[in-house]
Amino acid sequence: MAKEIIELIVNGDRYEVAVEPWRTLAEVLREDLNLTGTKIGCNQGDCGACTVLMEGRSVSSCLTLAAEAHQREIVTIEGLAQGPEDLHPLQEAFVEHGAVQCGYCTPGMILSAKHLLDHNPTPSEQEIRQGLSGNLCRCTGYSKIVEAIGAAAAKMAPAGEGE
Amino acid sequence: MNHNPKIIGASIPRLDGKDKVTGRALYTDDLKFPGMLYGALHRSRLPHARIKKVDTSAAKKIKGVKDVVTGADTPQIKYGNWRLVPGSQDELPLAVDKVRFIGDEIAAVCAVDRETAIKAAEAIEVEYEELPAIYSVEEATAEGAPLLHDESPGNVSLTREISYGDLEGLLAQADYVREDFFKVHAVSHAYLEPCSSIAVPEEGGRVTLYTSTQTPYIVQCLLASTLDIPENHVRVVKTQVGGGFGGKMEMRPWEFAAAFMALRTGRPVKFTLTRSDELAFGRRRHPMSIRSKVGFTKDGKLLAKDFEVMLDGGAYNAMGPTATFLCGTFGNMLYNFQAYRYRGRHVYTNKPPASAMRGFGAPQAAFAQESQMNMAAEELGIDPIDLRLINAMETGDVIPDVATISSCGFKESLEKVRQVSGWDAKRKEKKPGVGLGIGCFSFISGGVFNWFNTKYNFAAAEVTVYPDGTAQLNTMACDIGQGPDTVLRQILAAELGIGIEKIRLVSMDTALTPKADLGTWGSRVTLMNGNAIIDAAKKIKDMLKPVLFDHLDLNQIHEIAFEDDRVLVKANPKKSMSFGECVYHALRGRRGEPLTARGYYTPRDKGLVSPAFSFGAQVAEVAVDQDTGLVTVTNTYTAHDCGVAINKMAVEGQLEGAIQMGLGYTLSEAFVMEQGRTLNTSFLDYKMPAAEDMPPSTYVEVETYEPEGPFGAKEAGEGLAIPTAPAIADAVYQATGFRALELPITPEKVLKGIGRLK
Repeated sequence: MAKEIIELIVNGDRYEVAVEPWRTLAEVLREDLNLTGTKIGCNQGDCGACTVLMEGRSVSSCLTLAAEAHQREIVTIEGLAQGPEDLHPLQEAFVEHGAVQCGYCTPGMILSAKHLLDHNPTPSEQEIRQGLSGNLCRCTGYSKIVEAIGAAAAKMAPAGEGE
Repeated sequence: MNHNPKIIGASIPRLDGKDKVTGRALYTDDLKFPGMLYGALHRSRLPHARIKKVDTSAAKKIKGVKDVVTGADTPQIKYGNWRLVPGSQDELPLAVDKVRFIGDEIAAVCAVDRETAIKAAEAIEVEYEELPAIYSVEEATAEGAPLLHDESPGNVSLTREISYGDLEGLLAQADYVREDFFKVHAVSHAYLEPCSSIAVPEEGGRVTLYTSTQTPYIVQCLLASTLDIPENHVRVVKTQVGGGFGGKMEMRPWEFAAAFMALRTGRPVKFTLTRSDELAFGRRRHPMSIRSKVGFTKDGKLLAKDFEVMLDGGAYNAMGPTATFLCGTFGNMLYNFQAYRYRGRHVYTNKPPASAMRGFGAPQAAFAQESQMNMAAEELGIDPIDLRLINAMETGDVIPDVATISSCGFKESLEKVRQVSGWDAKRKEKKPGVGLGIGCFSFISGGVFNWFNTKYNFAAAEVTVYPDGTAQLNTMACDIGQGPDTVLRQILAAELGIGIEKIRLVSMDTALTPKADLGTWGSRVTLMNGNAIIDAAKKIKDMLKPVLFDHLDLNQIHEIAFEDDRVLVKANPKKSMSFGECVYHALRGRRGEPLTARGYYTPRDKGLVSPAFSFGAQVAEVAVDQDTGLVTVTNTYTAHDCGVAINKMAVEGQLEGAIQMGLGYTLSEAFVMEQGRTLNTSFLDYKMPAAEDMPPSTYVEVETYEPEGPFGAKEAGEGLAIPTAPAIADAVYQATGFRALELPITPEKVLKGIGRLK
């Protein structure tokens, strides 16, 4: 099948890529743009390791065709920190709270958490757990991930809100 | 016990954390090399068959295909982790005459892109002569059953027997004897990162393999032997590993195929598995059929135990022999009794091979043992915690011919878990549908056994120190997520008295790190590698101490300490110099020879199993819906003796992760098999617990000091994966009156058990 040219805006940078219509966003991010922070854990839309934000919504990039992302704003894990030492509060909290072990689910977890906090800046523990319902982890038992997200929410909340 | 509390016991965040939260951490599939080809496998479609013909002609004709290989092209050398017993090495990287499970690797291809490789693998035609297949240990050991391997009559590849004491006499003398039968099932490691390997050819017929492994040294040796090239021709480099849990501790056929085709084509070759490959064909935990007979006195003293296990090994040995040995060992842990008989048999069936998985035989053995303790307690009219206290091992206890327990916080764990769980009050108030149950565990801190038959030490470390006050640690030890890249640096930092940030780590590269390390399994890394690092650091300190004596004109009775990046006189800490300055002077004195030292550890004279054992107890609280049979775990309480926890946060992480795995094992995870085929090959159908499924967890550390461990530490990674199943099963019994003797405890089984479903 013929390739088509699509335009992706990833972490603020514009890319033009020629892709077969069946290629997924996860593959194009990893293989064409070398943004390998996005992980493929199942390629079936079940594990959430490939989660990215598209126009602010969290999506499984393994179930999203690259062509669907044409001219959309994508945020991947590489786009979250302002600089190598200037981590996003979620990233910082994941490190500090021991929410990372093998790290393979981590990029997807953080982007799902970002989506959650963007829409609900002061989530309850239950809401955090619900927010992670599409992300599987086999190392941590989730508790330190939930803790980290709570801590990041508290830190990011404007004065007077949160704890 | 002289150690720096800012380092030992501190919750230091893992040092690779930043790389992992920013997406910079590199896993094998993230790498690519110029000219790299993509590989794909052709696997058996039948559970048991003779291969009559493999036709690769159509595959070879596809444009972009660069190589196609079958077993016939390969050196056909069998491999397996049990090099000590060559007859146990029963696997070929690519099948030659026979296939023994659906998924057995028959051929491999590589091509310019992944899609072409898959297309070519599918174009390979295999002509089979189908053979009758067997799917259970009962069928496999029945009279006249078809044989998987001609060398193993009765399909039993290995029998392990342990026997001591007067079993028959004590059972006859016992006031109370019971015999029970248990069945446990297979589950997936379900590490989030599917296996991936890239082989890069080097000059002189050498090859470098980047691979997602927990045992680089084992992969190096077995890759060399199966390729029929010298061991030193193979370099294995481990990248970041997205979890292993025992599932990545063998050489795998795609590692062989990548290296073999890289050498043939002169180009790098990558293989990455899919999740459905992992679930359909991957290693799994051993299903077991267990018979256990125990005898007690009327006041609860355990006298004797007769323990018999059949392990369903699937088509090949894999790590099954070790699991068969360890089941026997775990069958007589935790409690003291005078007579024990164990008979374990490893049985072949036409299913994907089972292998090592977190706990390595112990979760299965303990489900039987701990369930039986709970059943006996009820019949004897003794509280289950009291029954355990009557029989519990203590520091100094001896398991005949096996081990001396050098530190043991089991009784303290029982007392603590009783207290934090509110056991006494909650067990008295009987509410229908609500229950509280207990399970206990012990686990090894690495094995003393040398089934891999390495000629090297079990663990090694090379430490170099520099005049700028920094150090470098070279070790083959393998971080697969559990955290030794951080913990081992804590140990070196504490021993050298320098900041952890001063240490550069070079790890898991078989060409750059000292020989050897047996890998990440059996909860061996902290104890064995920690001891090797301390050994190396002490040698470094011995090189540095003379500098102070010389510069300060010290009396030889003085002792030198290493703290806060300084080297100082213990009795007069003002007399000191910086660590870097001390290295500088030592270097001058050595006329340029770097300050490098190697340290080693091999457990010697430590019995037959392990140099040290962890202990613990866990209580689970459940609510059971009497209409649907659904079990919800509402709380867990754990008390745990891992010696001195080097990194508290890392230990908590192990506990919390172990509960998730234990919960899945007990309630929701199982393979659905039909005629040797795994039907649930996605995470939608293979159900491991998600964030919302996890119960709150209370955790108490019972600190002991393990004399054989680095700074008093012992294992924390696997033991915690053991107690959850028996604890939940006991709680379900308390809640419903249904005692599960088979896992998993599905709603259907609960409803049948309480008479709500026929």
